[in-house]
Amino acid sequence: MTSPQGLHLKTFTLILIMVSVAPLGDMFLGKGMKRVPPMASWAPADVFHFFFRAFTSGTIWLGIGLLLTFFVAYLLVLSWADYTYVLPASSISNLLIALLAYFVLHETITPTRWTGVAFICLGVFVVGRTHLRTTEHR
Amino acid sequence: MLTGFIFYFLNVVPGTGGEICMSRTMKTIGEVTDFRPRAIIRVIGRAMSVPWFWVGITMMATGFFSLLGLLSVANVSFVFPATALSYAVGTLGGKLFLRERVTPQRWFGVLLVCVGVTLVFFGKQ
Repeated sequence: MTSPQGLHLKTFTLILIMVSVAPLGDMFLGKGMKRVPPMASWAPADVFHFFFRAFTSGTIWLGIGLLLTFFVAYLLVLSWADYTYVLPASSISNLLIALLAYFVLHETITPTRWTGVAFICLGVFVVGRTHLRTTEHR
Repeated sequence: MLTGFIFYFLNVVPGTGGEICMSRTMKTIGEVTDFRPRAIIRVIGRAMSVPWFWVGITMMATGFFSLLGLLSVANVSFVFPATALSYAVGTLGGKLFLRERVTPQRWFGVLLVCVGVTLVFFGKQ
């Protein structure tokens, strides 16, 4: 068992890893999938062709690699923290995306979007004030 | 439209169910305290011996492939905010299937996150 401070520190670190790599992984997946033609029909041959096209894209594999990193961090944090704590806490990625878009990409962030980010931060703050473990772990 | 809805449903429901199964798996494994690469590989190996892991992987794979399908018919800026519902579905699932104690404060936080994610979506229009 880890001390409460240690538990919070490692939870914070792993959630930071999760929220850093997941948006990048999503972005690469989205970019890769835009180059794949939509599925023509639900016929097995068309479904196979669709996924074959998807998995021959390097961009998609880069996205998958980043999402695997996310997955491992996610598994580790769930070994001690509540799922209902980690799930909303990970939405803080929206703040990182908005900050990157504003400061790095110099995109215009609408007031509505900033309001949404503020709601998310407030929600994460509220969830963060609850106990991160409410069940018995082995 | 119908294809998009099917992909959306398959992304939110089995995707969230898979995460709950993974959480159940990791609760069985117990708290990870060693973060060296070898130890992490061992933890993943132990997780793979828990049946819930495979149920979770199957459901998450369904959610993942549905996400790929959804991304091919809709924009990223629509897809991710639209899955805001999964926060509420996941919290309900955590309470019912994992017996986690979801206090009114935590519910309130989740509600704020759902509203926030929806606003982020509309703010991108």
